[in-house]
Amino acid sequence: MKHPEQWDWDSLRKEIPFASWQGQFKWVEEPQVSPDGESVAAIVNTGEGEFNVCINGATWETPFEKIWHLRFAPDGRLTAIVSDSGEWTLAVDGRPWENRFGYVWEPRFSADGTSIAVKFQQDMRYGMAVNDAAWATTFANMTCATLSADGRRSAAAVQVADFGEADIFAFQQGTFSAALDGKPWERRFVNVWNLAISPDGRKLAAEVRLTLYDYTIAVNGEPWGQTFNCVWEPVFDPRDGSVLAPVRQAGQWTLARDGSPAWERRFIQLWHPVFSPDGANLAAVVALSFGNWTVAVNGTPWRSTFNELVSDAVFSPDGKRVAAIGKKNGFYHIIVDDSVWPQAFDMAWAPVFSPDGRLAAARVEKKGKYTFAIDGRLWNGQAEAAWDPVFSPDGRKILFRTIENGSYLRRVLPVSEIAG
Amino acid sequence: MTESASKDKSKQLDEGLERGMAALTEAKIEKAINRVLTGETGARLKAYVETCIHCGLCSEACHYFLSHDRDPRYSPVGKVKQTLWEMLKKRGRVSPEFIKQARLISSTQCNLCKRCAMYCPFGIDVAYLMLVVRRICHLLGVTPRYIQDTAHSHSVNMNQMWVKEDEWIDTLQWQEDEARGDLPNLRIPLEKEGAEIMYSVIGPEPKFQAQLIYQAAVIMNVAGLDWTMPATPGWDNSDMAMFTGDNELMGRLKRVHFETAMRLKVKKIVMGECGHAFRSVYDVGNRWLGWRMPPIPIVHAIDFYYDLLKTGRLKVAKKFEEPVTLHDPCNVVRGGGLADKARYVVNALCENFIEMHPNREHNICCCAGGGVINAGPPYKMVRIEGNRVKAEQLFAVKAKGATVLITPCHNCHSGLEDINHHYHIGFEIKFLGDILYEVIEKPAG
Ligand code: SF4
Ligand code: SF4
Repeated sequence: MKHPEQWDWDSLRKEIPFASWQGQFKWVEEPQVSPDGESVAAIVNTGEGEFNVCINGATWETPFEKIWHLRFAPDGRLTAIVSDSGEWTLAVDGRPWENRFGYVWEPRFSADGTSIAVKFQQDMRYGMAVNDAAWATTFANMTCATLSADGRRSAAAVQVADFGEADIFAFQQGTFSAALDGKPWERRFVNVWNLAISPDGRKLAAEVRLTLYDYTIAVNGEPWGQTFNCVWEPVFDPRDGSVLAPVRQAGQWTLARDGSPAWERRFIQLWHPVFSPDGANLAAVVALSFGNWTVAVNGTPWRSTFNELVSDAVFSPDGKRVAAIGKKNGFYHIIVDDSVWPQAFDMAWAPVFSPDGRLAAARVEKKGKYTFAIDGRLWNGQAEAAWDPVFSPDGRKILFRTIENGSYLRRVLPVSEIAG
Repeated sequence: MTESASKDKSKQLDEGLERGMAALTEAKIEKAINRVLTGETGARLKAYVETCIHCGLCSEACHYFLSHDRDPRYSPVGKVKQTLWEMLKKRGRVSPEFIKQARLISSTQCNLCKRCAMYCPFGIDVAYLMLVVRRICHLLGVTPRYIQDTAHSHSVNMNQMWVKEDEWIDTLQWQEDEARGDLPNLRIPLEKEGAEIMYSVIGPEPKFQAQLIYQAAVIMNVAGLDWTMPATPGWDNSDMAMFTGDNELMGRLKRVHFETAMRLKVKKIVMGECGHAFRSVYDVGNRWLGWRMPPIPIVHAIDFYYDLLKTGRLKVAKKFEEPVTLHDPCNVVRGGGLADKARYVVNALCENFIEMHPNREHNICCCAGGGVINAGPPYKMVRIEGNRVKAEQLFAVKAKGATVLITPCHNCHSGLEDINHHYHIGFEIKFLGDILYEVIEKPAG
């Protein structure tokens, strides 16, 4: 697919019938829409034990016995997990990979979509396959898979030693490790969770449990010198490759860098640390007290707090602004730089910044109707389904992808029409 | 130390306890006890300990006490006396053998059912005190082997039955295929972002009771609901870590569970008929993480069925005819207040409902809950003999004509099966969902 610069930002409205597919097939599953908004697709049932994918009204050449998990990659290719004769693989734009497996699940994409990874099971052994190339080594069990943002490296927590049924002592000796591109660390741990691959692809960090009680972060197999009562997901500092992670000590959470405290302040909860693209700022979701949630940027919490949850903290591309979702008394809100938009929603999706960071927009839902909010103002349209809004590269236009009255609609609007 | 009643009962050695105890030193014990008593427990523990006047009124509440001919060692306060008071009195200087006994008492002679809290004039929650003891024993590595293995499974796969990621999805797809025999266009929508409901179950369902997933799928499809199930870990709402005392792992499990629902952007999580999982997601695990309430509302199956029947989304074609009785699970009735809704559902589905006595929040526990059944085969007779009064209660309602025993909880189900079998009571035991599936109007297949 073309770069967003080359997308059609001029046609104001394109329409593709969708509800009418119902008449052509036994059933039509939930639709997926391409990033550029030019295609709408769904898994369709064409008869007993026969499935296909319908994209813009035309089916793939070959049907399959089973199809699930239809998703567009960020580069616009359409992927699905497919099965024939009891074997599973990934199909990309209708063409199955050469490799077939006992089972395939959880496809993930590199940021630009050029790499696609799946988890696979073959003969009760587990591994990852990236762009149709399977790991050379497979494992008795595998969890917490990840793919680097550039798609070059894949990693997962893997079981490297056997233990008998209910053999709690062998398990506690450490039977798990982390594998990068299928090559496990030498060191074993009781547990390995939530991995992160460094931006240069040379380091792998993970949460580990050394015993049932001692938690820390291991980087390339080497645990930090300090242990904690609990830890959460590590992140790499894009500037120097150091590792940060939330750590729990004496009932309170803070952020540690390479094992030492990085933030002064302690929290009741701290998770989802996320760096700005330039690495200059770090945001995390925190609870200041029981049932009192917000975002902390570089250790300083916002004043706006939410009694139910805060999630989806995202940075603007220039790293200067942060947006998130908060839920209070049953309603969702959008918060940008500690300022809460006036509306309350039944559901809200992660906000999206314009390339220059000046504006934020989000897909929202109220009473079963979907719409969009830009900088605290609502678009006056309503839809039966909607996908995340996309700003044009110059930030002056916005792409809305919706289903309205049974048709898929691709709309391009001047941002000023909504944001004023 | 006080001789525990458990000593003569547990004839089978439990390696989890024996080897755990062998690795202990008194210094290690003292440190762990003081860590929990000074660092992890606060005003609540202090208030309970200072308020208790040793009156013994709580004894009448406890099925272990009643079933053991009123042996004071099995009374709620007796259990505290043999464990926590001793630890406090000796400032943590107790022996490894003491810790093993404390683990046996807190983890196999108490179901954390909270019935005793209703009998105590001060509302002292002995279940909480037993959880404190369990926490200490966890930190000392003295845990019954089978439940510890379950906790290991939770730690690896985020479910309690070592169900691997592909096996979970495969089971859902298999049940979807099977259920198409009932409803040809039936779906179990996986990973449907923005659905109204995420349906969650406990680990044993895909492992041993896949028909329950089948039934749930039929119910969802007949009611025409917008629902989904995750194809990632986070689907299992159960929590044995809550019962071993591994609070950090409990938090990890609940985080994965709720964040799965948040990722799928659902409005609520509907859970199957499980009691302990309800306690974990609604009260204990969510709160350990800092959430005051579940961040995504939790709807227990009883409440869910109630709503579907009350609003007419499900219609009963022909009521279930055999006379039924209802066992109120502690966690959802005493703990969750669902007694009236459970009765509404039973009456809507069944012709003839006969109450057992006592009932509602006063019902006698099944003796499987609180992780006791998960402590495994060495304690099977501890559970069965420790609940003779349940057998008596069931015989009494059987004498009134009930032949089917409904219980909307997995642990109750398994525990009552054992009691039913051992005491030859002769009930057929069912989930509400079994009957609901059977009696609702379904479109012709
Ligand atoms: S919580 Fe239940 S099992 Fe435990 S002591 Fe109290 S009444 Fe007995
Ligand atoms: S009833 Fe309450 S005060 Fe009396 S012994 Fe039991 S826990 Fe203590």
